[in-house]
Amino acid sequence: MFYRESGHFRTTYRADQAIFPIVQDRWSVAAIAVVAVVAVPWIANEYWLQAILIPTVIFALAAIGLNILTGYAGQLSLGTGGFMAVGAYATYKLTTFLPEINILVMILVSGFFAAAVGILFGIPSLRIKGFYLAVATLAAQFFLVWIFNRVPWFYNYTSNGMITAPPRTLFGVALTGPHASAEVRYLVCLAFLIVFAYLAKNLVRSATGRSWMAIRDMDVAAEIIGIRPLRTKLLAFAISSYYCGVAGALYMFMYLQSVETLAFDVNVSFLVLFMIIIGGLGSIMGSIIGAAFIVLMPILLTNVPRLLSVQIPVELAKHGEQMIFGGLIIFFLIVEPLGLTRLWQIAKEKLRLWPFPH
Amino acid sequence: MTQVAPASASTKSIGEVLLKIEDVSLSFGAVHALSEVGFEVRDREILAIIGPNGAGKTTMLNVLSGWYGPDQGGIVFKGVRRRRLRPHEAATLGIARTFQNVALFKRMTTLDNIMTGRHLKMRTNFLDHALYWGRAEREEIAHRETVERIIDFLEIEAIRKVPVGRLPYGLQKRVELARALAAEPTLLLLDEPMAGMNSEEKEDMCRYILDVNDEFGTTMALIEHDMGVVMDISDRVVVLDYGRKIADGPPDRVRADPAVIAAYLGVAHADA
Repeated sequence: MFYRESGHFRTTYRADQAIFPIVQDRWSVAAIAVVAVVAVPWIANEYWLQAILIPTVIFALAAIGLNILTGYAGQLSLGTGGFMAVGAYATYKLTTFLPEINILVMILVSGFFAAAVGILFGIPSLRIKGFYLAVATLAAQFFLVWIFNRVPWFYNYTSNGMITAPPRTLFGVALTGPHASAEVRYLVCLAFLIVFAYLAKNLVRSATGRSWMAIRDMDVAAEIIGIRPLRTKLLAFAISSYYCGVAGALYMFMYLQSVETLAFDVNVSFLVLFMIIIGGLGSIMGSIIGAAFIVLMPILLTNVPRLLSVQIPVELAKHGEQMIFGGLIIFFLIVEPLGLTRLWQIAKEKLRLWPFPH
Repeated sequence: MTQVAPASASTKSIGEVLLKIEDVSLSFGAVHALSEVGFEVRDREILAIIGPNGAGKTTMLNVLSGWYGPDQGGIVFKGVRRRRLRPHEAATLGIARTFQNVALFKRMTTLDNIMTGRHLKMRTNFLDHALYWGRAEREEIAHRETVERIIDFLEIEAIRKVPVGRLPYGLQKRVELARALAAEPTLLLLDEPMAGMNSEEKEDMCRYILDVNDEFGTTMALIEHDMGVVMDISDRVVVLDYGRKIADGPPDRVRADPAVIAAYLGVAHADA
């Protein structure tokens, strides 16, 4: 039938509280998931997987993490890159120290290190808000990257200061290292994304998510209701950093394979922040859409002129890309701060009345 | 469910002392917002706190909801004396409140706002929530049932899924009342529940307040400027002026009290 919000009659609270209460939504998301898991690895070539899909999936995970903190709990953070670095370096240390334990377990464990660091840098959030908190988290970003650079123990005293993903397998299939195929790495990242996106959605639709949003929207009233600000904010910092840590570990082991701290510099933090601004603050689906948008856009901007057989000098294309990028950020901040998901909502609301707007 | 059954008779029985304020004083620098104010709130009673602007009414409510700690005096709630309450403590004890300028969670829906009101009644932790199936879902549905009853009671079914930021002011006030009720409070503090409303909305709000008091047996302390409303719905009136209590008693007696008239209208001097 038509895609409409009205006309769906739900008779139980369970059905009303479902993640996708609309039938068509449910089916289309399921279809997208099936395509992503089954069809994409078959169809997509090495370039598509390595250059587009793997980074999209990893950044989507990081964006969900940041969205929990910034979009839901309202605590602006610029420390994403730093927390991702904690996950990457923790996994690296763990897996070189205990090579017999599976790498996937280590990635999950490394998230706890990131969460602990996140809690530590989240403590100032009780006293400071908004831009000032952003500056405090920016300090985390610079401090973490600096310390991973400064202390050779973190990169196992390698001569060039880089950390390289050692070869690790699961049931004989190479997951990391030079022999891991792009398909396998993509599927591992996708599995992480699907599971963690589901868990995040569950968190934000239940009491935990409501307490975050309450703190975001009106902290005084939240406190009167009995929500404890510090505990709630620190939980948001912990879970958000956990997500970022896991994303960082995947970023290093499944995507770049060999990194130095430069891969986790402040640009990464800003990139993830842009993803959630464009995708939608306070939306899990928005985080994924935002990540896809930001990873795809540069590729689109370089390829569109070529497809139209217009010759553009490389430098101009590169600069133009950044200008369009900046313009879009400004556009979204001014016109629709709640991002692409909000535009989708507005479209749905208009459709509900269409074709009789009055 | 812990909802109270409807009162059997319309004549309500005002019970024991629920809350006793013992000579509370509070100053901000040189401003004495409250000086040795003491009064009682009885179980099931509707108490109105009135007074001219700056009399210390909202400050009193802030002390009761744990926002400010008094410099002197104490608060006896359900027989236990405390020097001061913390906001979280007050909520746990069953004190809920609404705010003078609506303090709703603007980007959340009406339903989510009211569900948030049940925060302290929830027993599951964030790990349950992340998995959702099982404990968290059962709890969510159980609380949803209670919340729906409140939504029914206050007749806000149609705006269940609307973000409250988009609602008109009168409805926002009603949602705020619903959120406070969701905590099933023993004592409900209402800070100017009818400010800025037209007479029709005021009548509706009065009816809801009386119904809540009647049906759930909630004790209420409310601040209100509309004297007609105060005289109509309250069982007792406390009058504050410049941080002091100047009168305390049933509406009729307070209305006739010369000190109250003086505070509101000024004193007629002999030579005038």
